[in-house]
Amino acid sequence: MASPSTPVRTAAPARGRAPARDVAGLGVGRALGFVAPALLLIGAFLIFPALWTIYIGVTNYRLTGVEAVSPSMVGLSNYTRALDDALFHNALWLTMLFVLGSAIIGQNVLGFTLAWVLRRARPAVRRTVEALTLLAWILPSTVVAYLWVAFYDRDGGTLNSLLGTPGTAWLIDYPMACLVVFNTWRGTAFSMMLYSSALQAVPPSQLESARMVGASGWQTLRDVVFPHIRGHVLTNTLLISLWTANDFSPFLLTKGGPNHESETVPVYIYNVALQGGELGYSSAISFLLLIANLLVSLVYLRLLRRRS
Amino acid sequence: MRPLSRLTTAGVLGAAALALLTGCLGSSGSGSSSGGQDANRNADAKKVELTFGSNSVKGGKSSAGATFISDVLIPKFVAEQKGKGVDVTVKFQGDGSDDEVYKQKLSLDLSNKSGPDLFQIDGIWVGEFAQADYIKPLTDTVGDAAKVDNWDGWQQIPEAVQALGSYNGKRYGVPGGTDGRVLYFNKKLFQQAGLPADWQPKSWDDIISAGQALKKISGVTPIQINAGTAMGEATTMQGVLPLLVGTGSEVNSDGKWLGNTAQLRQVLDFYHQVYSTGLGDPVLQKEAKGRDKSFAEFAANKIGILLESDYFWRSVVEPKEGVAKMADRDSAVGWAMIPAMKPGAGVKGQDFVSMSGGGATVINPNTKYPQQAWEFLQFMNSADMVKASLDGAAKITQRSDVNSEVLKSDPMLSFMAEKVLPITQYRPGRAEYPKVSAALQQATADVISGKSTAAAAAAYQKAVETAAGGKDKVTSN
Repeated sequence: MASPSTPVRTAAPARGRAPARDVAGLGVGRALGFVAPALLLIGAFLIFPALWTIYIGVTNYRLTGVEAVSPSMVGLSNYTRALDDALFHNALWLTMLFVLGSAIIGQNVLGFTLAWVLRRARPAVRRTVEALTLLAWILPSTVVAYLWVAFYDRDGGTLNSLLGTPGTAWLIDYPMACLVVFNTWRGTAFSMMLYSSALQAVPPSQLESARMVGASGWQTLRDVVFPHIRGHVLTNTLLISLWTANDFSPFLLTKGGPNHESETVPVYIYNVALQGGELGYSSAISFLLLIANLLVSLVYLRLLRRRS
Repeated sequence: MRPLSRLTTAGVLGAAALALLTGCLGSSGSGSSSGGQDANRNADAKKVELTFGSNSVKGGKSSAGATFISDVLIPKFVAEQKGKGVDVTVKFQGDGSDDEVYKQKLSLDLSNKSGPDLFQIDGIWVGEFAQADYIKPLTDTVGDAAKVDNWDGWQQIPEAVQALGSYNGKRYGVPGGTDGRVLYFNKKLFQQAGLPADWQPKSWDDIISAGQALKKISGVTPIQINAGTAMGEATTMQGVLPLLVGTGSEVNSDGKWLGNTAQLRQVLDFYHQVYSTGLGDPVLQKEAKGRDKSFAEFAANKIGILLESDYFWRSVVEPKEGVAKMADRDSAVGWAMIPAMKPGAGVKGQDFVSMSGGGATVINPNTKYPQQAWEFLQFMNSADMVKASLDGAAKITQRSDVNSEVLKSDPMLSFMAEKVLPITQYRPGRAEYPKVSAALQQATADVISGKSTAAAAAAYQKAVETAAGGKDKVTSN
């Protein structure tokens, strides 16, 4: 440990990679010693499972039967099967719908609107609204999901009392719409908080000038506000899209039903793995989901870089 | 010191991971056992060590079972053997994981000729383990057919229940506790509908006509027969299979899976009849928590007839600790045997049918002490020990003599033990079963969503051919 009086030498910020010896003035060996625990953990809980998944994805590994004990290599047949699997295509399509409806449109628009409206509200009002929306976001998803199951319930559900539509089984008749509304409600707080802080970066003088020249609200948003918060919008959209694409809570509301009408990819993976027992195939789909997430992330990062 | 690039680190980690992987999996699949072992090996040993494997753990999964085995059964067996001059140590090897995980660990051990000397497995794994040669018929392991067949315990275990530890007509293990399925009905609603309190339908038509009488009471769902995919295995065990055995057919017979047959279509027709004429509630079958909801509705006097297992009686509507308590359970809930489609139309020409589940205890063919393991198995399944394992609770055991004693005070469980167990059937223990079961669930889901029986059965045929691995492994007519 360096004593407080010893100035800590930091590596000069340089483009490209700094020479290894310069890692905070430590030798490579010692530096490795410091990061070893983290490396071990990441290796054990991230890298190893990921490699394991890739490996299982090219076998016919199952939960039961002979393949549970001695799986054999099946090359890419799990992947070619995914190409022809109508249920997988259905799951992909539903996942896109879920992300587009509840994250890209729902949480983004609602979060920004709340942030925009609240920026000039009295602090007390703002804090109350923020606290309430945040509650939805910090509650465990299981709790929130079951609250919504009760809300949508056919017999004695809150929604039917509100609308005066007794006996309507919302989760059965409109499963995707129910999921989109549920996930929008649950995730809005995050977008709202992010946009609240982003809006502080917009110089008041520019807003003032826009008002002076008589710009409409929409023009002000488009030409003054948006350029300042573009990075925030991209980052936020990327984050919430990834969370939504990988979200398992639809299972708690509908189990993917009725008849696969709300079976998003994570739910489909679960059903394939644990109901059909096909671990090889479900691992292959998991890997495809990972690749899709990576591609989406790359596109966003491109967009972000273009901005700078 | 050479700078270590990120790539190298990743490479080393990756290589290590792959080495681990191939190491783990490379050792398995070592082929079937030669079976050339002497069954009397170590029969006269004075010092014996046995391990007992079970998917239960003190303070966790099936805690009561684990506590009984390690604190009561093992010490008593050790003491008994001491009397014979044998120094026995029995190690309890408890596991508290998911059934599928436990099964995999066990499979790996057995395929490598290791694992506990005795272990408990779910009855539907028996066939699968036997097919894979992990376990052998008791007469082979013990070596002396008379020794096994003359055990007096078999006299107390009904023939039908013995199927739980058997495969292809051979006993591989001794069954443990079991369960059964009946039609429960709400006597209060029956009275309102003018139906008898001692109702016992003799055909499916009797069930339908009782349903039609109940339909006249507003706010009541007459019949709940589990259907659809959301209920999972509950649809198969508490819906399709009890109906199917009522048509005289089984889901797997002579090694072939049931396909699109007349009997399957009869079952689907019954579903269609219940769910398209307002006798059942199709929406409930599609809800994620549909089964729990059906329990709540039954307890709230909103369901007339419900097909369930004794678990429903013991743990769902149980007045004190049930998940959907009925304070007046003992007077308000009636039960009846599940009738075949028509009298005599059930499997083996039966008038009434049921389905059961449960576990069995099996001897590892690779044990060093086959004779002592058989002694332990007999001791474990003796009347005294089976009774002791209940610890005062009323539960259906494998032994008729114990049942008639401990279930005396519970008319429902007595009925289950005396009337239902002798006529019950078990699921086929085969690796393809879960997928076939899922296909059956889907067929019922199709029917309640309004598909025709013919279309649902045709789609099922396709799914079951895929699951079974070929047309030749499926029966259709």
